[in-house]
Amino acid sequence: MNNKIYFDHSATTPVLSEVAEEMNRYYIDEWGNPSSLYQTGQSVKIKVDEARAKVADAIGADPKEIVFSGSGTEADNYAIKGAYRAKLKKGNHIICFGLEHPAVIEPCKYLEKKEGAEVTYVYPDKTGVLDSDAIEEAITDKTILITVMMANNVIGTIQPIKEISKIARDHKITFHTDAVQAVGNIKVDVDELGIDLLSMSAHKFHGPKGVGALYVRKGMSLNTLIHGGSQERGRRSGTENVAGIIGLSRALEIANKEIDFKKEHLSRLRDRVVKGVLDNIPDVSYIGDTKKRLPGNACFSFKYIEGESLVLHLDMAGIATSSGSACSSKSLEPSHVLLGIGMSAVEAHGSLRVTLGRSSTEEEVDEFLEVLPGVVDRLRQMSPFNAEKEEEYLDETEDHNIAHEHPDQHFSAES
Amino acid sequence: MYSEKVMDHFSNPRNVGEIEDADGVGQVGNPVCGDVMKLTIKVEKDQISEAKFKTFGCGAAVATSSIITEIVKGKSIDEALEISNAAIAEALDGLPPQKMHCSNLAADALHLAVDDYLIKNGMEPRANKPSHEEEDHEEEQVD
Repeated sequence: MNNKIYFDHSATTPVLSEVAEEMNRYYIDEWGNPSSLYQTGQSVKIKVDEARAKVADAIGADPKEIVFSGSGTEADNYAIKGAYRAKLKKGNHIICFGLEHPAVIEPCKYLEKKEGAEVTYVYPDKTGVLDSDAIEEAITDKTILITVMMANNVIGTIQPIKEISKIARDHKITFHTDAVQAVGNIKVDVDELGIDLLSMSAHKFHGPKGVGALYVRKGMSLNTLIHGGSQERGRRSGTENVAGIIGLSRALEIANKEIDFKKEHLSRLRDRVVKGVLDNIPDVSYIGDTKKRLPGNACFSFKYIEGESLVLHLDMAGIATSSGSACSSKSLEPSHVLLGIGMSAVEAHGSLRVTLGRSSTEEEVDEFLEVLPGVVDRLRQMSPFNAEKEEEYLDETEDHNIAHEHPDQHFSAES
Repeated sequence: MYSEKVMDHFSNPRNVGEIEDADGVGQVGNPVCGDVMKLTIKVEKDQISEAKFKTFGCGAAVATSSIITEIVKGKSIDEALEISNAAIAEALDGLPPQKMHCSNLAADALHLAVDDYLIKNGMEPRANKPSHEEEDHEEEQVD
């Protein structure tokens, strides 16, 4: 049973019905293997090539530069492990943005642990927007890869990709960006941005789950991750997820047409949410830069209460949201993103992320703003903390604040 | 994720609040970890006559605090000290494995409250060492 109001678009999005309908043809009618020589296969191959061209077009790339994968996570793994292993002769140092999704952090940690990599994590200030100088300062003569996401999944902040890519090019270092939250939501042009590698994931822009893509700039060599029948020009073997690929390309085509609409619509609704929350609920802060941000993202920290409880209460009222609290994550650690911008663990526990989408309405925002104050109030009445117990609430004597040593935590919904 | 009983106690928590002039107070957890429970009890003739809770924490934390205030009413001091985290979880028709530590917290809060009462009345504290310090996070080492 679905929530009445869905405010968690950063986690996943519904597949558009026209996308689902088109995909269905590739299950029922056009089910051939694109590698087969006869009509049934070749007619499907043509469609996959068309899809590839659409995806390339959407990001300003050449079709040969698109490699389809099973997810954004797989694209990230291919980019990071593939680039590292291909360039190992030149060095072993990776610069990784500290607020990356686990799909980027974990491959870096794996390479550190098992393949001799040295990783420098660079952090932004509390705005959540990285200063590109931090990248420049971290570069050594052994640096072979820089990875910085285009837009963050928790706080929606958009990173200075163009500035960073210039630094990377000046030093001849490969630059990867995880654009999973950005593609389909903001304008992405690989030449304008000057990047070498870019990851995307269909289910973030109303395409199906289980398919993503990696943009690989012509001339960039990556060590292959998945070996087999040499599909995707040998770069990613495995019979193509044809329906998924068609779904991804069609969804991206539609999403890109709607970028201007979404920018206006989502930021207007989101700004209403933010104003409504800050004006009507005491002891709450809005997290991250207000301007350099995805149009549909809002993230708050509520004092004296805990995020999973907030999410559950909102769920009972029919509203889907998520939190960066420890209790709401699989790892039982607070969000490394929130800790990474300098928030304390207790502030992270009180976080609530609201991410709007193309179908979000004014009425839904109204209802959310009507329900939330009561929920916060109930939880605060139940809490042992309040303004009089501020010191106790903020006491961090047992805080292991490990964010700046080694990002270890996971955000709820793993989005 | 949660049983019906847990959701019931979460959405309709029993005995929220703080007893003024409580006979025993037990507070466990810390805000850094994301779970804090404060239990206050009233003791009459060696029996717990009233219990209230205040909790900062997730659904399981609220539910375990709520149910323990119900379980404990009318119990003797001895009986209260016997209440285990397993009993609390069972009373809630079970908790997800990663939430079992909340039941530990609730049991510890109660035992601390009882000990507080005992100490205030010139008696020896009798609760065992808090169990939440010996948590067992079962984690599969995958590599």
